[in-house]
Amino acid sequence: MSEAQAAAAPGGDKPMIQIEHLNKWYGSFHVLRDIDLTVTRGERIVICGPSGSGKSTMIRCINHLEEHQQGSIVVNGIPMNHDIKRIEQIRRNVGMVFQHFNLFPHLTVLENCCLAQIWVQKKPRAEAEKTAMEYLERVQIANQAKKYPGQLSGGQQQRVAIARALCMRPEVMLFDEPTSALDPEMIKEVLDVMIELAHEGMTMLCVTHEMGFAKTVADRVIFMDQGQIIEEAPPETFFNNPRSERTQLFLSQILGH
Amino acid sequence: MRESTFRTQMIEAREAPDQRRGISGWLRANLFNGPLNSVVSVAVIGLLAWILWPFLKWAVVDANFLGSTREDCTGSGACWVFISARFESIIYGFYPAAERWRVDIVFALMAVLVAWLAIPRLPKKRLVGLFTLVGFPIIAWFLLLGGHFGLPEVPTRAWGGLMLTLTVATVGIVGSLPLGVILALGRRSKMPFVKSVCVIFIEFWRGVPLITVLFMASVMLPLFVPGNVEFDKLLRALIGIMFFWSAYMAEVVRGGLQAIGKGQNEAGQALGLGYWQRMGLIILPQALKLVIPGIVNTFIALFKDTSLVLIIGLFDLLAIIRAGLTDSNWLGFSTEGYVFAALVFWIFCFSMSRYSQYIERRLNTSYRR
Repeated sequence: MSEAQAAAAPGGDKPMIQIEHLNKWYGSFHVLRDIDLTVTRGERIVICGPSGSGKSTMIRCINHLEEHQQGSIVVNGIPMNHDIKRIEQIRRNVGMVFQHFNLFPHLTVLENCCLAQIWVQKKPRAEAEKTAMEYLERVQIANQAKKYPGQLSGGQQQRVAIARALCMRPEVMLFDEPTSALDPEMIKEVLDVMIELAHEGMTMLCVTHEMGFAKTVADRVIFMDQGQIIEEAPPETFFNNPRSERTQLFLSQILGH
Repeated sequence: MRESTFRTQMIEAREAPDQRRGISGWLRANLFNGPLNSVVSVAVIGLLAWILWPFLKWAVVDANFLGSTREDCTGSGACWVFISARFESIIYGFYPAAERWRVDIVFALMAVLVAWLAIPRLPKKRLVGLFTLVGFPIIAWFLLLGGHFGLPEVPTRAWGGLMLTLTVATVGIVGSLPLGVILALGRRSKMPFVKSVCVIFIEFWRGVPLITVLFMASVMLPLFVPGNVEFDKLLRALIGIMFFWSAYMAEVVRGGLQAIGKGQNEAGQALGLGYWQRMGLIILPQALKLVIPGIVNTFIALFKDTSLVLIIGLFDLLAIIRAGLTDSNWLGFSTEGYVFAALVFWIFCFSMSRYSQYIERRLNTSYRR
């Protein structure tokens, strides 16, 4: 057992994610500025902010889809570095759901859910399929298991994407605007799945503009602008008594109409 | 003020109207829908008949098919006796007559393996594929070249005809695709060394004519290696052809790789899949499917360009037919010879083209509704 694995053993009070002094630049553009964020086990966090504020970039740093230049990220006790083995070890603990689903179109729904179980976790196919069917059942889409993603609606595809991530039994789930590409009628079916997941105690970081969702399940709402965390508060405080003017303006714009 | 309307009963789905038309309906819709189109159709059909009929008359109606010598050519049309009399050499080149069963076995085995892999219903694809890529080349090598297990050696300079064409084409096709895929991936690599090696390789081989490659392989290469090291001429040509076409293949495959959105790669990364797993399981299956037309295009070009090996003194199908034309018994039969060569090439290329279309339809799962 390596040092990192030892550190990854369920550690009770250890924070699930610890981000310190995170800085990132795209060329000369400073996208993330001195981000500090600690997420405890089981905490549900909603991140909002105007477009280009760095919210997606920040959560994508957590599983190293984006590389940061300064600062440290520790996920489940494993410090992030540039070693690909280490990165892949962290990714195994972190599930991610994307705005555009990113299902594999050449594989069936069931194969989408089994692929990483078989190749990353080295599970036998039968066992992988059993796990996949369990999670597909939970997102209420098991009856579509043999179909290809292209045959499903956007809401169904996103639920498959959630099931695919859950099949890896991650400790943290990252949601990057999971409902932004959906028709209004389909947003609820995806949010329902996410709410259920939150009630089961999953550690979640959600970039979303669904303020109803934030009010229902979030332990903390984080508001970002220009690459910085502007305000960080429990939902009641955040929505009723936002302290910064920037937050007040943002809230008045998205809730005002 | 208008009253609002609303529906109380939903409309049931109904059958689509019958759209079958029959032959006369098809003719009317496609050839004779309007006076101008009718005139154009008649004119084109007439033109085709005017061009094709003399050819058919020459090739079939007035042609001689039976016999064994020039004296049997009595008709005013083509004399296919030339082909049948020289058929053995067209297939086997200068391969010794007593050893030709070895070529037959290799051909038959290859036909069975290719058919097995091409027909989707047949089972054990992975095993057969592995055997085709590993076992078959070894068997073919020992059988064709000989020199072991009591088989007399047949040096590659005695190979020729269709057998040589198929050998060169098969090795070229089987070698250039994987090499091209590796080069395409390398060219998109973030590692500067890997990337520049691949770019230089691709741009070098793509920038020189195939004839130059073959000349260099056969004439210049021996100048650079020590005198006692003997590379087989065919082997050198094969490597040259493989490198040359892999450069083209790399660019075709790269086109496919670029068409796959980066979300696919990110989804794979987020699931913890490594680079080769992401490429092999997610990116390449989609990218290669997209560029099947380009890949088969390259295969077809490769197949036809195998006839260039004649300039380094190897006698492929076309060269062996040309050699037959210089036979004093058969002077003046070049038209038959070239038409036959064209037909053989066309059959192989057209089969590849049809099969690729079939595979494209079959793999079209992602957007199937």
